[in-house]
Amino acid sequence: MSEVMGLKAKLGLNVFKEDKEFHIRIKPGREKDERLKKAVIVCPSGLYSANDAGDVEISVDGCLECGTCLIACGEEVLEWHYPSGGAGVQFRFG
Amino acid sequence: MEKFDVIIVGGGLAGLSAAYTLAQEGLETLVLERGDYSGAKNVTGGRMYVNPIRDLFPDLWKKAPFERFIAREEVSIMAEERSVTMQYDGNELAQEPYQSFSLLRGKFDKWFAREAERKGAMLVSKARVDDVIMEDGKVVGVRADGDELRADVVIACDGVLSFIAEKAGLRKPLASKNYAVGCKEIIEMDRQLLEDRFNLQGDEGMARLYMGDVTGGSFGGGFLYTNKESLSLGIVVGIDALLENEEAFKAPELLDRFKQRPEIASLIKGGQTAEYSAHVIPEGGVKAMGSLYGSGILVAGDAAGFSMNIGVTVRGMEYAMASGYYAAQAVMAAKARNDFSGASLAEYKKLLDKSFVMEDFNNFKESLDVLDHSRFFTFYPELAGSIMRDLYAVPAGAKDRIFPTIKKHMTVGEIFGIARDMWRLRKI
Repeated sequence: MSEVMGLKAKLGLNVFKEDKEFHIRIKPGREKDERLKKAVIVCPSGLYSANDAGDVEISVDGCLECGTCLIACGEEVLEWHYPSGGAGVQFRFG
Repeated sequence: MEKFDVIIVGGGLAGLSAAYTLAQEGLETLVLERGDYSGAKNVTGGRMYVNPIRDLFPDLWKKAPFERFIAREEVSIMAEERSVTMQYDGNELAQEPYQSFSLLRGKFDKWFAREAERKGAMLVSKARVDDVIMEDGKVVGVRADGDELRADVVIACDGVLSFIAEKAGLRKPLASKNYAVGCKEIIEMDRQLLEDRFNLQGDEGMARLYMGDVTGGSFGGGFLYTNKESLSLGIVVGIDALLENEEAFKAPELLDRFKQRPEIASLIKGGQTAEYSAHVIPEGGVKAMGSLYGSGILVAGDAAGFSMNIGVTVRGMEYAMASGYYAAQAVMAAKARNDFSGASLAEYKKLLDKSFVMEDFNNFKESLDVLDHSRFFTFYPELAGSIMRDLYAVPAGAKDRIFPTIKKHMTVGEIFGIARDMWRLRKI
């Protein structure tokens, strides 16, 4: 198993249940906030990326609800809730 | 309107321990769990130490669905090109009562939830709690999915981010220096292959911690635990340390880099990754803790910050279970007095202070400051590796004498540096 399994493939192994809304959002007007760049580094699922314009974007599919982005970036730039009851990742092993 | 004696937010180990204890004594206890089942949102590195909590739950352990008892402890110090491993085993670890067990939360918590239900606790899953209900400065219940649910006491066991403690005004702001992130893979492996590879008999298991280059020199480490038919392999790294690392590794890259080390690749060969998980870990100790109680509310487990990294042992689950147990004791005492004010519930803190929980946290209150020291993650791993390399090297020509070989690595400056580091360690 020396070849590296891509993050997408790894996340594809998990059980995720869809939510009716995005549980994490970048607060409007904060897309260029420097603090968001931290999320690109720390997110275990690699869900944050900076686009060509320097705006940080998030795609919540594959979120492990670990909380790392909230702690690294802070509540001023992220609107962060847990997914609705019964939605989101459901760990079988944990 | 429905009213309970106690509402517990979060059906993980703290919440279930509280529920199990309260229901056993006949209190009407409701547990609200946001996952499909208890354990669905929980992540552990992989092992629980049973000794400190064995007597708090005397009937629990016999049927507990642990994976393997840890009969062998290993620590690997990784330098960039080499690693040095120490192993500790023998009768002491292989005899009952066993000190620690590997486990999977998906299995363990699900089972523990059933045990709590058997005692009479009421569990509702797929229920996210959105807010606490406050009246006259007192917590009187919670809002979940639009419903108002009331209780004499709410116990916040909602994990490291604890929005419930925050809403009740008990939590300190989340400062990144007090938290680490763990990323882990479950790697399934044929039981026979696993036992042969790790030299395990029956239910024996091994635990190995990795220090040094695992985290690219940042505060943190790696772990490998053997389960029945899988391995728990992962890394833990301080969030600030990760952000400050000059090589700017992303968290998932660190885990991949760790997996690709030849020392690890050979251990997981033939296994199949079955799940990828991650979680924040509170590591700030006493200094980062907010209030543990308020009027009508208690905070337990990760929500209270009860997790500790002191290098070779990283613990949280025992503290979660013990704090859940003591929260239940405090609630029962408050019920006997029919007084659920902050002053009455303060008994929780007193019980914790007298227990191993706060004793450990007070003893190790400096551990984060002491251990978050780059020399422990770069200099010493390289030093240990280099000494081993030179001791074992047989060159083409004559081999150097042993004393000068070691002395070469230990200049006067280095010896002072080591002495300074030892002095640093006196605090823990």
